[in-house]
Amino acid sequence: MVAKYDLNDDSVVVIIGTGAGGGTLANELAQKGIKVVALEAGGRYLPQDYINDEWESFGQLAWLDTRKSVGNWRVARDFGGLPTWIVKAVGGTTTHWAGASLRFQDHEWKTLTHYGQVDGASLLDWPIDAAEMDPWYTKAEAKMGVTRTNGLPGLPGNNNYLVMEKGAKALGYEEVHTGRMAINSIEYGDRMSCQQTGFCFQGCKWGAKWSTAYTEIPLGEETGFLEVRERAHAARIEHDDTGKVTGVVYFDADGQEQRQAARLVCVAGNTIESPRLLLNSASSMFPDGLANSSGQVGRNYMRHTTGSVYSVFEKPVRMWRGTTMAGIVRDEARHDPSRGFVGGYELETLSLGLPFMAAFLDPGGWGRSFTSAMEGYENMAGMWIVGEDMPQETNRVTVDADVVDQHGLPTPIVHYDDHPNDIAMRDHAYERGIAIHKAAGAVRSFPTPPYPSTHNLGTNRMSESPRDGVVNRWGQSHDIANLFVSDGSQFTTGAAENPTLTIVALAIRQADHIASEMSAGNL
Amino acid sequence: MTKPNPRGLTRRELLTRSLAAGGSFLVGTSWVTSQSAAWAVEVATLKPETMATLVQMARDIYPHDRIPDDRYVVAVKGYDTPEQAPMIEEGIAALNAAARGQGFDSYLAAGWEDDRVEMLKAMEQSEFFQTVRAGLVTGLYNQKEVWPLFGYEGESYSHGGYIDRGFNDIDWL
Repeated sequence: MVAKYDLNDDSVVVIIGTGAGGGTLANELAQKGIKVVALEAGGRYLPQDYINDEWESFGQLAWLDTRKSVGNWRVARDFGGLPTWIVKAVGGTTTHWAGASLRFQDHEWKTLTHYGQVDGASLLDWPIDAAEMDPWYTKAEAKMGVTRTNGLPGLPGNNNYLVMEKGAKALGYEEVHTGRMAINSIEYGDRMSCQQTGFCFQGCKWGAKWSTAYTEIPLGEETGFLEVRERAHAARIEHDDTGKVTGVVYFDADGQEQRQAARLVCVAGNTIESPRLLLNSASSMFPDGLANSSGQVGRNYMRHTTGSVYSVFEKPVRMWRGTTMAGIVRDEARHDPSRGFVGGYELETLSLGLPFMAAFLDPGGWGRSFTSAMEGYENMAGMWIVGEDMPQETNRVTVDADVVDQHGLPTPIVHYDDHPNDIAMRDHAYERGIAIHKAAGAVRSFPTPPYPSTHNLGTNRMSESPRDGVVNRWGQSHDIANLFVSDGSQFTTGAAENPTLTIVALAIRQADHIASEMSAGNL
Repeated sequence: MTKPNPRGLTRRELLTRSLAAGGSFLVGTSWVTSQSAAWAVEVATLKPETMATLVQMARDIYPHDRIPDDRYVVAVKGYDTPEQAPMIEEGIAALNAAARGQGFDSYLAAGWEDDRVEMLKAMEQSEFFQTVRAGLVTGLYNQKEVWPLFGYEGESYSHGGYIDRGFNDIDWL
């Protein structure tokens, strides 16, 4: 039943990427009977293939192609060749994600209005709002089986959560619970419930966590309208002399160059690869890259204001047991400038296994201070800061023609400088996170710097005016009618929430729009 | 990032020839043994004293008193190749020169960890130090043999996860 399309079939929609955005869009379009070819740079791995060993899994799943981190962010110092921690596989980073599925707060759709101009920031209101997104969020939550929605119970809290809950409640925090998670708390969608295994980041071997790899993709394939081509690395998008896109050139699993004709192209390669592809598609008609008349392609790169707090307690916590992101404190997610910054942040439990703790607790650290911290591992609890970072035009993805990848394609350079608002927020969150752990009895705490970015947003941002961004309210490029962006790169601003639910909701909505425009003859 | 070695460092030809096996150590020119005689390793390319110094350096960078020397040996044994050895020999020579500058006969001759750490701090920015340190992050902490010393339990899938095995068993809060 799996579809197989001819390379010259120009009636297909070509989607580049199969993660939260591309994978969802592919299934949604296929369900509507639209022919789809999905090009996926990585291979196909399913729960039986996932490896519950941190470095081995990293070698299996992580996107390790040549990239460079620059700017004043700590990641550039610690991880100069690894700006991101994302996945190259069918399912994209939905194999790795922790499952937190939070809606944006209403005001976060309109940050310029609510926060006002912030020096050095390129804040902009989204051209859509909470009311418009509400039904799409509802569909996304049902698709993903998000706990605490649609009558689904919350997950039980593990030891790491119980520590955070105790401290947070002692400090008077009120919105403290085990989260809204796209991890089954009961059997749902023909998938079993969470077994508290503790390797969410390495791919859920039970399939309890929603991932497009084993939900959307096979569902789409079953329709007979979706063909997924694995290990197909998109190189450039081609267009005709009217400026419409006509096909995608890619390198197949054997490294051979191929060209798939297309009626419509949707770019969903995540926030580094999507602008890279548009920039690498520059032509004589579009010398600055496709969809880039605004000059905004690659700009306003956001990655959330992050950091972690790990603390050692007198007695064992064993935080690695159970759901990695097992609970949340939401009280600081509000917009309250009296704290010294605009926007807000979530605090979510997190744990790392011993091998990754050694790599991430204090990158570059050594000596007794470091090793005594490591020796507290069994007694450690941990949490992650996820806050809204400021979009800045100069935080951007560019391509380096002098450094090419395995296919000879210019490689991405990711420049990011922390905005003063980001630093003020992170410092506040470190202080609050440490206070929470202290209130639960912590004897020693560590303000751990950001990991390579898993939340990558904003480099093809959505805007009302074609001057301010790359795509319109539907994710359709302002410049080219049959070119869409379908991943987190279309985010106008980042909000404080983990982005996957919003990416999925936007993809469902986009599929609906594309289908109706196609049947109306407009696309 | 530390260049990940996805498979970790497997336990190499680590010949302990333990005293329990009945004999005395065979310590020839290509063998290194610690003063405590808890381990010995055959070196192929590195000078024996270089390997001994490298192992001490590894312990001084990531000192865990409950981790035996053989784990540090495994972590650095990968440098004992014709490709890697010159960089290590040069680095260790620099370390010994620094030790002599501090009035010690060699790095190993400095009895106190604090003195050795001072020498390491002085060369912290060097490529040699950073290579050795970064390599240890995976070379040492990714050895499954050391995980129990930290309480870490590794994978749990084969045991059915922790849903019935203590994911929420904290009793002291």
